[in-house]
Amino acid sequence: MRKTTNQKAWFMVLPMLVLVAFSAIIPLMTVVNYSVQDTFGNNEFFWVGLEWFEEILASERVHDALIRQIIFTLIILAIEVPLGIFVALNMPKKSGLWTTLCLVLIALPLLIPWNVVGTIWQIFGRIDIGLLGYMLDQLGFDYNYTQDATDAWITIIIMDVWHWTSLVVLLCYAGLKSIPDAYYQAAKIDQASRWSIFRYIELPKMKGVLLIAILLRFMDSFMIYTEPFVVTGGGPGNATTFLSIDLVKMAIGQFDLGPAAAFSLIYFLVILLISWVFYTVMVQSDKGAGA
Amino acid sequence: MKINKSALVMTLYILFLMLPIYWLINMSLKTNQEILSGFSLWPENLTFDNYLVIFTDASWYGGYINSITYVLMNTVISISVALPAAYAFSRYNFMGDKHLFFWLLTNRMAPPAVFALPFFQLYSSIGLFDTHIAVALAHTLFNVPLAVWILEGFMRGVPKEIDETAYIDGYGFFTFFRKIFMPLIASGVGVAAFFCFMFSWVELLLSRTLTSVDAKSIAATMTRTVSASGLDWGVLAAAGVLTIIPGALVIYFVRNHIARGFALGRV
Repeated sequence: MRKTTNQKAWFMVLPMLVLVAFSAIIPLMTVVNYSVQDTFGNNEFFWVGLEWFEEILASERVHDALIRQIIFTLIILAIEVPLGIFVALNMPKKSGLWTTLCLVLIALPLLIPWNVVGTIWQIFGRIDIGLLGYMLDQLGFDYNYTQDATDAWITIIIMDVWHWTSLVVLLCYAGLKSIPDAYYQAAKIDQASRWSIFRYIELPKMKGVLLIAILLRFMDSFMIYTEPFVVTGGGPGNATTFLSIDLVKMAIGQFDLGPAAAFSLIYFLVILLISWVFYTVMVQSDKGAGA
Repeated sequence: MKINKSALVMTLYILFLMLPIYWLINMSLKTNQEILSGFSLWPENLTFDNYLVIFTDASWYGGYINSITYVLMNTVISISVALPAAYAFSRYNFMGDKHLFFWLLTNRMAPPAVFALPFFQLYSSIGLFDTHIAVALAHTLFNVPLAVWILEGFMRGVPKEIDETAYIDGYGFFTFFRKIFMPLIASGVGVAAFFCFMFSWVELLLSRTLTSVDAKSIAATMTRTVSASGLDWGVLAAAGVLTIIPGALVIYFVRNHIARGFALGRV
């Protein structure tokens, strides 16, 4: 759409800006403030410069959490994106009762409070009272997510796939629906194979939404907190302590304000940087599609 | 044959999604003895006692009331500041608009874990700790950007000629906005409100950090039960089922727009 330049538009943005500044900038400044100071209590602070940042960057504990986080996010993306595309391709095309039912049921996990998602899987995976755990136990698997690190990982990954694959499905489905029928007819005349229909018609049309889906899944899995916190509490040991869980332990559990603040800033910057790359790619491809 | 294959894939996927939810419902209808004594695929002694506990115990149903209160506050606040902002973004170029738009998105990216402690201190220092409004304001951190993005997406679909015609016809800005523009983007406002509601409803970390007694959310009530000894699985499951219901009810109305909402209005 053609837009007119009007600096007075700032006045319409102002209420929003004041509110977001209040809930984003002020707290963020507190974090910056803590990240360069130390205290012996009694609210006496003194300047320590970049010491906390150096400590965090050299900290083994943070490194481990970061590595776990990256592995987790990569696994999540590697499973959810292809699975989501696959399911979206199998969504019913015509609208009707079955389509409505599919849409509603698919969206359901997305709308469950995160701690309830955790609770559901905490119960579901238990060998004494949970369906999954009980079945695995009966089949002779030595499965126990509270004791074994691998089992805890598997549980959390399946939980996340359960929780969020539908997001990818819904977005891809929206992209697929925007493809005119004529494209498929043309492909039929050309006797295109199923794969080339996917590769040259469906995938390019889905590119935009797929980028959004990947961006969202990256962001959200990188800051995952509630679900693993409820299911495993970060354990066994530190096996499922991801960045957010580690950060909350440091800040609220141990009250190490300085290191936690430095940690926060580095954490935020990493997410920001990667998301910015995605966003740029997204905007570029938007322009390329002429949308 | 092809349709059958698709139907099979969908059925399997939906089965995978529904099983854990079924299990939760199943457990919520059992007594604690039955849950712990043996394994059964459906409740043998059907009981609604677990739900009764929630509806009669103030610490449980109070949690729901608190959650709904701050969620509604948050939705109203978010939508009312987002509407004019989204209109400005969709209609005008102004200094720094692109940067501002991206900066908004960065707030959606901010890990709540980063903000938990500063929020706690900020709201404690202004005396709002453990109030509904504190949680409502804290949740604007990600809901206002979300609402702005979704509304902007919908507003872009309304041709600008409509604005111009209305001004020529002698409408003032506010009459135009209320009488003409709002009905046109009503579905957009509905979707944005739905998503504000949802994301505020599902969030745990901030609402747990900012409340202790008076405004304790249902999510926090549930996690605190988990950490207590002598876990009451049946009641916990019943509480879980009840938190799913609001989403399940509204989802039907937004089913055709839900992808757009999750994509921050970018589909």
